[in-house]
Order: sequence, then structure tokens, then C-alpha cells
Amino acid sequence: MVPLHYYLIVSAIVFAIGVLGVLIRRNLIVILMSIELMLNAVNLTFIAFSRFLGSMEGQVVVFFVMAVAAAEAVIGLAIIISVFRHRQTLDPQEMQLLKW
Amino acid sequence: MVTPASSIVAYDLLRWIVLIPLLASVINLFWGRALGKNSAGALASAAVGASFALALYVFWQLPATGIFRDLVYTWFESGSFRVNLSFQVDALTAVMLLVVTGIGFLIHVYSLGYMGHDDGMVRFFVYLNLFIFFMLLLVMGDNLLILFVGWEGVGLCSYLLIGFWYHDHNNTIAGNKAFIVNRIGDFGFLLGILLLVTELGRQGIWTLDFLELQGHVQMLSPAIISLITFLLFVGATGKSAQLPLFVWLPDAMAGPTPVSALIHAATMVTAGVYMTARLHFLFALAPSTLSVIAWIGAATAFFAATIAVTQNDIKKVLAYSTVSQLGYMFLAVGIGAFSAAIFHVFTHAFFKACLFLGSGSVIHALGGEQDMRKMGGLKAHMPRTYWTYVIATLAIAGIPFTAGFFSKDLILWQTFSHGATLQWGIVLITAGMTAFYMFRQLFMVFHGECRADAHAKAHLHESPAVMTMPLVILAIGSIFAGWLGAPEYLWGSRWDHWLAGVFGAAPAHHGSVSTEIMITLITLAVVAVGIGLAYAKYGRTDSKVGASVDSGSILYRLSLNKYYVDEIYDGVFVRPFTACSQFFAQIIDPSVIDGAVNGIAAATRGMSSIWVGLQTGNVQHYLAAFLVGTLALLAYCLGQL
Repeated sequence: MVPLHYYLIVSAIVFAIGVLGVLIRRNLIVILMSIELMLNAVNLTFIAFSRFLGSMEGQVVVFFVMAVAAAEAVIGLAIIISVFRHRQTLDPQEMQLLKW
Repeated sequence: MVTPASSIVAYDLLRWIVLIPLLASVINLFWGRALGKNSAGALASAAVGASFALALYVFWQLPATGIFRDLVYTWFESGSFRVNLSFQVDALTAVMLLVVTGIGFLIHVYSLGYMGHDDGMVRFFVYLNLFIFFMLLLVMGDNLLILFVGWEGVGLCSYLLIGFWYHDHNNTIAGNKAFIVNRIGDFGFLLGILLLVTELGRQGIWTLDFLELQGHVQMLSPAIISLITFLLFVGATGKSAQLPLFVWLPDAMAGPTPVSALIHAATMVTAGVYMTARLHFLFALAPSTLSVIAWIGAATAFFAATIAVTQNDIKKVLAYSTVSQLGYMFLAVGIGAFSAAIFHVFTHAFFKACLFLGSGSVIHALGGEQDMRKMGGLKAHMPRTYWTYVIATLAIAGIPFTAGFFSKDLILWQTFSHGATLQWGIVLITAGMTAFYMFRQLFMVFHGECRADAHAKAHLHESPAVMTMPLVILAIGSIFAGWLGAPEYLWGSRWDHWLAGVFGAAPAHHGSVSTEIMITLITLAVVAVGIGLAYAKYGRTDSKVGASVDSGSILYRLSLNKYYVDEIYDGVFVRPFTACSQFFAQIIDPSVIDGAVNGIAAATRGMSSIWVGLQTGNVQHYLAAFLVGTLALLAYCLGQL
């Protein structure tokens, strides 16, 4: 059986990739995908602990997270489409109106 | 001295005397334009007429020593200190009440004609009714605070009416001048009231009520009473145009002529005399203040008369004449002859209102001309105005058996018998000058050849009946009003008996009847000299009225330029004050006040400029900061474990 910390390491790596993607990518769609990566990394952690502890609560939370992620993806993509129609770009560096 | 409380009778009618003019004023204020000029004017006049009728009724019912009182409600109450909104009528108030509403009614009627062509007629009547309201508050209030409210209110109305024709900037300035000079006096007045209240309060008596004050003033020390009365008199010098605060009254002639007649001759300017008479129990305890008042009164009478003799503006002559006559009243107050002072207020109201309204009639006929050098010969064109003017002139000059004769003679006689020979001499000469400048005016305006320009000549006309009827009534009053106060050697004075309930018994005369007749004859001789001089210089057909201006002796020029008092005040007070204001407005305000406010803003902005760079608007920067913060918190929490 694969030990718990393997899952945790993979999860941490995926999460870090997600964080980096959010911080440095120049495309809103990729940023949204990176957010999904982070969510899934967390999901992986939940599943691993659920299995390790023999408790079902972690898996229940994962279902919630997936439901929220689906909704978030829908709304996020809708916003992105709307932004693109207005600005003809998806580069977050081009969207800096809200500042002093 | 203290009036027994049993003679106070509750009388709910009194409030309506005050309220009716206020109601009319409010109605005209909101619906006057809808009513139209003439109905608004008629409403205003009817309101004052109704007040007059009520006042007559109250007067009819009033017993000689009794007091009617109408408690409307308690204004405020703090411990034992209680101020009521309540009115009282005693013999003194009844006199003032009849003068204010009676003369006020006649002047309202006159204004219907005089202001008939004016677009602001509705506004005029709103102000005029408001004035009557405040004046009635002043004379009917039963405590000093109500009196003070009325006092300030009439000042406000005076300001509004002087600047009535506000399109001319000079009128606005004249209004401001009247208001500001009055404020200076009122400051003293207010200090006097406050001092009186707190000093009595220190003795345990918290009151502003006249009757209670009268019962308790003996508790105060003479020095305090002197100070209080002096401060109150400062207020009177402002309101009643005495030296040194008389300068506003001649300028107040910028207002419409009915206003000059009502406010600046018959009623408001006598408020100072009324106030001293109302507080006679206080003034009687302050001989030093009384002597100051006597001297200021005599000096003002003389000083103003010397200016009046050379003025060429028909209303300016009357204005200085008013100042001079007010001086007589204060002289009477100063020698303790309050009854004589109020008597002169009463008679003066008739003949001076008649003179002002007559001058208004002349100005009206000449289309706004006020320079007497451009008048003359109007006798033939406006007979009714002329004859009423003659009667009023005779009255003010003190020709026997006119109103002015009785009242002025009474003051002169009382002054002499009181032993104030020097003041008597001064006002005796003043009486001569009064006769001179009044007959000079009469000759310049109505006699000789008409010097008006052709245009004015063309539409010379006698004023309509709505204007001449008040003149006739006032002229009748100018003769008979004085008969109430005839000296003992004629048929005796009903006046002193009437006011005895307020002022106590008339002061015992120190002189014999023969001396009194002698004094009268001397006065008449001086008056005759004045009239003779006026005739010699202005009355003869060959006199050159226009040329007389060139007789430029120093005294003449001093008098013509009003002793440069305005210029001196301008240099000593107004200019330094303006310079001071300019300094604060242009140096202190921009640098210190604005500097402080703007400095705080600039400091905030400078501080924020350091941090403003953090806000890039780039969402990824925020997320990075968020990440760093989360990690830091995480590290902290882990460190705590």
C-alpha cells in the first residue's frame, strides 16, 4: 500500500504548480485552470486522509468541493468571456483600471 | 412707588392688539402677490386699524392707576427665574400704544397712495406690519426680555425698510449703517439687562418683570445702578439717535418717506425714551446717569439743530430736526421729568409725522426730487399739503396753542425750574434754531418762485385724498394733542394726572407761575427771532435761495458738511476696522486658516504617496501578497505549536 506521505507530496506539488500558475501565467483561462489544480490538490489530500483515517467525512467534503468547483468554473468562464468581449484580451496585466 | 398687585387685571384682549398686525404680515408674505397690491395694502392698513380700535377700547377701559395684563404663556422657567410671554398695558403703555397704532394706521393709509406706483408694495406692507408688531411687543411687553425682542425686531424692520429700494447700492449701505450703529448701542443695552438680572439674582431675586424689578431695585448698590442705567442708556443713544450714535438716522432717510415718518420720527426712535421712562424707577436712583443723559440730550438737541439749519435735502432737515427733538426728550428724562418726555414723544409723533408725510407729498408731486433748492412756490399747486405743513411747522416751532408749544415749553420750564440753567440756555437757543430751520424749509419749499425744472413743473399735482386725509388728521393732532398737557396758568394738565400712576406724582415745581410765564415769553421771543431771521434770509421775494449756498463761512461749511462727523467716524472707526478685516481676510485667512486645512490635506496626501505604489491594479500582485501573507500566518501558527 502506498504510504500517506506520497499522496501528500504529490498533492503539495500539484498545489504549488497551481499557485505558480495563478501568479505568473498571462492568460485568465490558464489561471482558472490553475485554480482547479489547487482545488484538486486539496481534494487529493482529503481523500488520502479519509482513507488513512478510515473516515468518510473527507470524501463528503470532496463532493462539496467538486460541486463548488463546477459552479466556480461556470461563473469564472462566463466572466472571462464577458471580459474578453469588452477588452479583446485575457491578459490580467491589461486589466488594471482599479487602482489609484 | 410700588403699584399694589390688586390693581392688576387679567385682560385677554391684549394679545390680539399685537397679533393682528403679525397675522396680516404673514398673510401678505405668503399670499400678498395673489391678493394683488391694493388688497394687500388694504389688508395691512385694516389690520393696524383693527389694532388701533382695540387699543382705543383698552384705553377706554383702563382705570387711571390700573394695569391690564395678558399672560399668553410661560416662555421659559429655570428655578425661580421665570420669563413669561405676557403683555401689559398701564398708563404709559397706553400712550405709546395709541401713538404706534394710531399714527401707524394713518401712515399705512398714506402709504396706499404713496407706494401705489411701486412694484414692491406688497413687500413694503409686509415689513411695515412686521414693524408695527415688533413695536407693539416693545411697548406692551411686561418684562425686559419681551422689550428687548421688540427692540431688536424694530431694528431689523428699520434695516429692511431703509434698504427697501435695494437696487440703489447707497440705500443698502444706509440700511447697513443703521443696523450696525444700532448694534453698537444694543450691545450696551444687552450688557445692561444682563448686569441687572445677574446683580438682582445675586440678591436672590431672579426676574425681568418690570413690576417686580420696581419692587426690588432698592437692593442694588448705587454704583451698580449707575453702571446698569448707563449701559441701558447706551442702547437708547443708538436706537434714539443721540450723540454719539446719531449718525445713522439722517442716512436712514434713504427709505421711503412713510417709513421715515413712522419709524424714524414717530415711533421707533422714541423707543429709547420709552425704555428710560419704563425703567424710570431705576434711572431715578442713578443721579449721575441722569446728569449724563441731560447733558447728552441738550448737546444733541443743539448739535443736530446747527446741522439742520444748512441742509438742502428736505428730508435731511427733518431728520436732523428729529434728532434734535429727541435730544429735548432725553433732556427731560435727564432732569427726571419723565412725564414731560413722554408728552413730547406724543406731540412730536403728530407734527413730525405730519411734516414727513407732507415732505413725502411734495417729493411725490415733484417725481422724486428732494433738493429744496429745486422747489419753491408749491403753495399754489398743493394747498392741502401746504396748509398742513404750515400747521406742523408752527407746532414744531412752538407757536402758542399748538402741540409743540405745550410740550417743548414744559421741557424748557422743567429744565429751568430743575436748576439746570446751562442746559436750559442751550435748548432755548435750539428752540430758536428749530424755528429758523423749519421756517427756512417752509419758505424754500412752498414760497417764492418755483425752481423746479420744466419736466417736474409740468406734472405738479396735489396728492390724492388717501394721502392728504392723513395729513389733515395729523395736522389737527399737531394743534390739539398738546392741549392735554397745558401749564397750570392756562387750564392745567390732564397729562400729568394720567401718568401719575406710573411715574408717581409730578415733581413739585420750584418756581412761581410768574417765572413760568416769563420763561415762556423768553422762549417765544427767541422763536420769533428765529422765524424773523428765516424770513429775512429765505422768505422775502427778492431772496436768492440758490445763491445763499455760496455764503461759505467756515461755520456754514462745517454745518453743511455735518461737522464731518461721518468722515471722522469713517477715519477713526470704519477704515481701521475695514483695514483690520482686510488684513484678516487676505493675510490671516488664506495663510493660517486655509493653510492649516490645506496643510492637513497635503500631509495626508504625502503620506499616502509612499504607499500608493503598492496598489498596482494587477490582480496577480495582490494574489502574490495574499500568498506571502498566508504563508507568514501559517509559519507563525506552526511556530506556536
